[in-house]
Amino acid sequence: MAKKEVDDRFKKFGTVSFTAITKTNDFVGYLEQGKVMGTKCKKCNLQFFPPRADCFQCLSSDMEWFEVSGTGTLLTFSKLQYGPVGFEGDLPYCIAVLDYGDYKVFGRIAKDIADEDIKIGMQMKAVVNKLPNDQMNYVFQKA
Amino acid sequence: MGRVAIIGVGQTAFVRGYPGSIRELAFEGFRDCMIDAQVSVKDIDASIVCSAPEYDKQRSAAGVLAEYFGLTPQPTFYVESLCSSSTTGVRLAYSLIKSGLHDIVAVIGFQKMSEISSPESQERMGRGTDVQWESPFGTMMPAYYAMFAQGHMEKYGTTLEDLALIRVKAATYGQINEKAVYRKAVTLDMFTDPENTLSGPVASPLRVGDCCANADGASCIILASEEKAKAICKKPVWILGVGAASAPVNMTGRKGFAGLEAAENAGKQAYKMAGITPKNVNVAEVHDCFTIAEMMAYEGLGFAKPGEGKDLIKSKETYKEGSIPVNVDGGLLSKGHPIGATGGSQVRTIVLQLRGEMGDMQVGNPEIGLVHNVGGVGLYANVLILGRS
Repeated sequence: MAKKEVDDRFKKFGTVSFTAITKTNDFVGYLEQGKVMGTKCKKCNLQFFPPRADCFQCLSSDMEWFEVSGTGTLLTFSKLQYGPVGFEGDLPYCIAVLDYGDYKVFGRIAKDIADEDIKIGMQMKAVVNKLPNDQMNYVFQKA
Repeated sequence: MGRVAIIGVGQTAFVRGYPGSIRELAFEGFRDCMIDAQVSVKDIDASIVCSAPEYDKQRSAAGVLAEYFGLTPQPTFYVESLCSSSTTGVRLAYSLIKSGLHDIVAVIGFQKMSEISSPESQERMGRGTDVQWESPFGTMMPAYYAMFAQGHMEKYGTTLEDLALIRVKAATYGQINEKAVYRKAVTLDMFTDPENTLSGPVASPLRVGDCCANADGASCIILASEEKAKAICKKPVWILGVGAASAPVNMTGRKGFAGLEAAENAGKQAYKMAGITPKNVNVAEVHDCFTIAEMMAYEGLGFAKPGEGKDLIKSKETYKEGSIPVNVDGGLLSKGHPIGATGGSQVRTIVLQLRGEMGDMQVGNPEIGLVHNVGGVGLYANVLILGRS
């Protein structure tokens, strides 16, 4: 009997993923194409980032993908000197939140930006980033 | 329907590496409370057990604790809302009594954090956030609260020194609280001395001194109906208001990074129910897991206007002798933060304050006290308002 195919692409998201199977697995497929994507409810047009399979506003599961494009405003950030188990090799790194207007994006700031250049209110953009061991995430670069 | 009172409070000392199992740890807090309440196990109609289960090998600890404490065959169940678990337990006990289903309910909180290493603990704590979309970036609690510190500093001009002053206050009282895990004094210059551990960076802008310590500990609160409380308790403390709220777990759902909206909403509900304003509060216990959390609580609870929390700590108004004493038992920063036990410990302090039994930490003759207990990064919040009459 043929082995059942399991779509566990989500385990490739981030340095360590804590989720393997989700209805938003295509997010990782899009990362592989160099795109950071969110979802939009086809019924009521509500946009979601992070992407969701289901809309809480109209209860529909009919979603389409949209690309996180343009720039976002840096709302806040923090540089970690300690990390959880599994992230020791990444240290130090900066986590941050960008405001794109209709939605916000949580992620990391690109390593090559100097600490003194990171300012709340600056414009940044989310870009796909390849990690060791074939893992992927996205990082914020100066716009 | 009658009122609901707290007729007994208890807690263990919060320690590093408790030399016993979870049932033995929780029993110490329970015994302390039972002696205080002067009731027997037969008087207790139900028990609610509160902790963060990912620290334990035991699944569903409620049954194990009920057996060990002699609380069978009465009903018992488990409740969890991260760091606010035991005030969620108090809220549920309140509603069970208010509904007429039970007359006396025990709320038992505990946590034995030392079962696992510090990095493992950080990782488990971090899992109280969005594990699907945030944790893969390597998040942990101090970094989340650090983002709020960064946001608060940007919006209001709050400084690292303002935040450090909150730790200095906590340590002032932690030194005299025999239940506290951190009994040492803290001075501002420790934060700027590179040789001092407290000055070490954790997650910018927060330093070691801005963060509370893990600890093992247990607490217990016994609540009763008005009729029972008046019959068996000399100094009942009345629950005047209860507020509870939640906020989006993912940071992308938050309205801003200078306050915790769940705690603000819970506070408004509790004030409204009690029919009071922040000015009526004589003493408060707030959830200072990090210094910035206490700063945001000053403003979110209305003790100060937004952005003016720093003036409150600079002028020492939140010290014992000030206009609104806050965390004058050392807070989480000095007492330590054994997740499931923390809210119960906060309630205990306010009850003892209102009974005039807080010893060297007693504030002058308070009528109304407030407890503010937050779960996760402002994900859950409970605010309780307690009164002497």
